[in-house]
Amino acid sequence: MIQTIASTELPADETLRIKKQRLLPLSYGTEEEDGLSAKEGRLKRISIVTGIHGDELEGQYVAFELQNRIRRQQEALQGIVDIYPAMNPMGIDTITRGLPDFDLDMNRIFPGEEDGSMYEYLAHEIIRDVEGSDLAIDIHASNIYLTEIPQIRINALTQRRLLPLASTMNVDFIWIHENATVLESTFAYSMNARSVPTLVVEMGVGMRLTRQYGDQLVEGILATMKAMGIWTGDTVPVRRPLVMRDPQRVAFLNAPAGGLFIKEVPGGTNVRAGERIGRLVDPLSGQVIEEITAPCDGWLFTIREYPVVQEGSLMGRILKNVQYELRMPETAGQEEE
Amino acid sequence: MQREDIFTMKSIYRDSFRIRAYRFGGGEKSICIVGAMRGNEHQQLFTASRLIRRLAQLEEEGRLTPGKEIMVIPCGNPYSMNIGKRFWTIDNTDINRMFPGYDQGETTQRIAAGIFQEAMEYRYGIQFASFYMRGTFAPHVRMMETGFEDVDMARKFGLPYVLIRRPRPFDTTTLNYNWQIWNTSAFSIYTTGTDQVDSASARQAVEAIVRFLVEIGLVRENDQDKDTFPPMDSAVVYDENLLTLRTDRAGFFNSFVKPGEAVEEGQLLAQITDPYEGTLRSRIVAPAAGQVLFMHQESLIYADSSVFKLVAGLDGESAGLRE
Repeated sequence: MIQTIASTELPADETLRIKKQRLLPLSYGTEEEDGLSAKEGRLKRISIVTGIHGDELEGQYVAFELQNRIRRQQEALQGIVDIYPAMNPMGIDTITRGLPDFDLDMNRIFPGEEDGSMYEYLAHEIIRDVEGSDLAIDIHASNIYLTEIPQIRINALTQRRLLPLASTMNVDFIWIHENATVLESTFAYSMNARSVPTLVVEMGVGMRLTRQYGDQLVEGILATMKAMGIWTGDTVPVRRPLVMRDPQRVAFLNAPAGGLFIKEVPGGTNVRAGERIGRLVDPLSGQVIEEITAPCDGWLFTIREYPVVQEGSLMGRILKNVQYELRMPETAGQEEE
Repeated sequence: MQREDIFTMKSIYRDSFRIRAYRFGGGEKSICIVGAMRGNEHQQLFTASRLIRRLAQLEEEGRLTPGKEIMVIPCGNPYSMNIGKRFWTIDNTDINRMFPGYDQGETTQRIAAGIFQEAMEYRYGIQFASFYMRGTFAPHVRMMETGFEDVDMARKFGLPYVLIRRPRPFDTTTLNYNWQIWNTSAFSIYTTGTDQVDSASARQAVEAIVRFLVEIGLVRENDQDKDTFPPMDSAVVYDENLLTLRTDRAGFFNSFVKPGEAVEEGQLLAQITDPYEGTLRSRIVAPAAGQVLFMHQESLIYADSSVFKLVAGLDGESAGLRE
């Protein structure tokens, strides 16, 4: 059942609508009249949110494929699945990361304001609609510059509650980061502050679909739904993620100068100190400006896709002194980084 | 006057990125003034250029106090200015959301660090700021309520209003906030607009800054000086007490008032018309008497949008004012 959760009038014969798909157990029907019955209030609810950044599309595939999987075994659905594919529909439609016409990052205006500007009002309505969920998952796709291995990022303030939920999501990596005041205006922070456990997924790269990552996350969402008692259908064994708490364990590769970065290893590669990751070159002079090498042994979990860099541009991130291997539940001895 | 590049960065596709500073006098680092930080801040850049010209004049006349240094950074982001883009050229990040900066971090963090390393050493800091919503303001000094703000000092500019607002999470990464945290008395000055130059408003800002410099003993007063905009007894206004007027419909926005104008209760401030049929869709009426601090400026407007901010009751008894 498709519902409009917030809308506002635009000048030239158009209405901006933020919509969601609500999937209900078979016994509850799918018709409008069953929409918000008292019975629903007793069901557990998971909300899949994506498209806050208009240039991040990986979540679009997840929104589609998750529905596909659930519909194949509709009888196995025991709770409510709300899917919000496009929180920033105008951004997605115009390849704009932020809010078009305002040049604002939508993920810096939560929890919004009922009496605020147009987008603050929309943010407020979004929060109001997702509130009450037992779990929310906010899917991001890095940005157009960097590819990320599927990971969940958790604010240290909420790790006790979120880490167990994140562990069944079939991601490779969980990054627990320190609280930063500026992040208090994100969707996830606002939801967690309202006691809705909310996980932030980062995977893939902007403006593209990486089906492999999308399928991996869909399996994780189904496994998590099963753990919550919302899903009794098919699931596959999920990966055991690396958990990283210490910010000192991440090495950042920032460009020493402007240039064209030619990537030589894919994301997810285990690298050795001194190993070449790419070259920074000057297309005008034909000279190599600098060879970009790994400063340490480790796992390259972020790699630059967009080749033009300026001094300081991020080219990669390495989890130090870790050699990544795919770990399934039966793998003994999960270490915590 | 000394010109100096305080931050440079090479590029393979463009001329080097340079942030230029102008220093007047020398010795104690007294005040730093930052102009445009975003590529569409034409008014802020113009105002900074007028200020540099005025300070050069004052220096020539021997009216700057010896042993005190004034630094002006007219533009923190020439790359974006030269392509008409508000935020950073390649990744659209905002330098004014990167303070205090990080010299080993990403590009705009490095730029912010380059500015802040210099700017943080001054006792006073002024930034010519612009608003995220497109519109025009009545000139005012804006400060954040950090516990370090100095309202009495802000009134020394003699602008019509001193606006104080509570910081939001994103404010913690602005220049103004970080100045205050690092013990610089910081003020943001808002003139009328952003993308369009308003020379009268720029002149008002320059006169206000020179007045402030006289008050803090950096410039010797001269009886021959004639202000086009005499100092005003600034009304201190708290952001949460402003009356925000929002639209209920979208369409063409036609305003009948200007920023700074006094309005009566019940006065028609603007109307919104259907962009296809020209018929009236909505009227915006003042709910109380007051003055217009902010006004939307574009021809088109969305529904559910703020279009006016009013300071109500300038006798100090009504909503907009707090002692």
